[in-house]
Amino acid sequence: MNVKFINPFLEGTTNVLKTMAFVEPRAGKPYLKIDNLAKGDISGIIGLTGSATGSLALSFTETAILKIVSNMLGENIKSINGDIKDAVGEITNMISGVARKNLEAEGFYIQAAIPTVVAGKNHSITHVMGGPSLIIPFEIDEGSFVVDVCLSE
Amino acid sequence: MNEKNIKVLIVDDFATMRKVVRNLLKQVGYEDIVEAEDGVMALKALKSQKIDVIVSDWNMPNMTGLELLKAVRADEELSKTPFLMVTAEALQDNVVAAVKAGVNNYIVKPFTAEVLNEKIKKIMENINK
Repeated sequence: MNVKFINPFLEGTTNVLKTMAFVEPRAGKPYLKIDNLAKGDISGIIGLTGSATGSLALSFTETAILKIVSNMLGENIKSINGDIKDAVGEITNMISGVARKNLEAEGFYIQAAIPTVVAGKNHSITHVMGGPSLIIPFEIDEGSFVVDVCLSE
Repeated sequence: MNEKNIKVLIVDDFATMRKVVRNLLKQVGYEDIVEAEDGVMALKALKSQKIDVIVSDWNMPNMTGLELLKAVRADEELSKTPFLMVTAEALQDNVVAAVKAGVNNYIVKPFTAEVLNEKIKKIMENINK
């Protein structure tokens, strides 16, 4: 995978979560993932097509997403419910939007599909392109999440 | 025009996002807020009450924000209603399509309450000129 893809998604994730959820995620070192197992308890997945094709997934631990969505809605949410699922879809959509805008500056014109959300322990994420995906790990005080992206030019 | 007197219609298929936008609007003083979950419901709401500004998402099933904008502009009774498009699509082609269809302004997600307020105020100032 092209290393040019890392920064747009990293920047998109930080920007969206800072602006909408008032958290400052700390990025870890990116690595390649070969299996389909999600790194979190709830994931949003969105298909991408255009000058690069593939998919983007965001996978959150329960504690991380509860904090993020509680901040977004100004309510204290204690378990994964419909609001959380909606929000994961919307966060995925927004991060994809910012990342695609950043990629446009690099000469990549990419469209996105409607996001889907999967919840549950040990669920899997299947990227349409197959092959290894790039994981960018993030942490907030309450938990962790990953950006899991598989894009091919 | 004071924020308190501006009736805002939020159109978004995600209930959570409608809640987020409502909270942001409340933070900057808007009180008269109604919601619709898609373009079809938005047109119903627009026909049944006086709306001062539409804040609509772009990506929605059944009727996209762009289709809603075109429907509003094509309706004699509603055609002048101010329309702010909320989108995660900051791509140039989309912006051009929205401007061609008559959008008053657009706002790219993610955004703060202050930016949302600025956009609405600018629209209201322009139409009252």
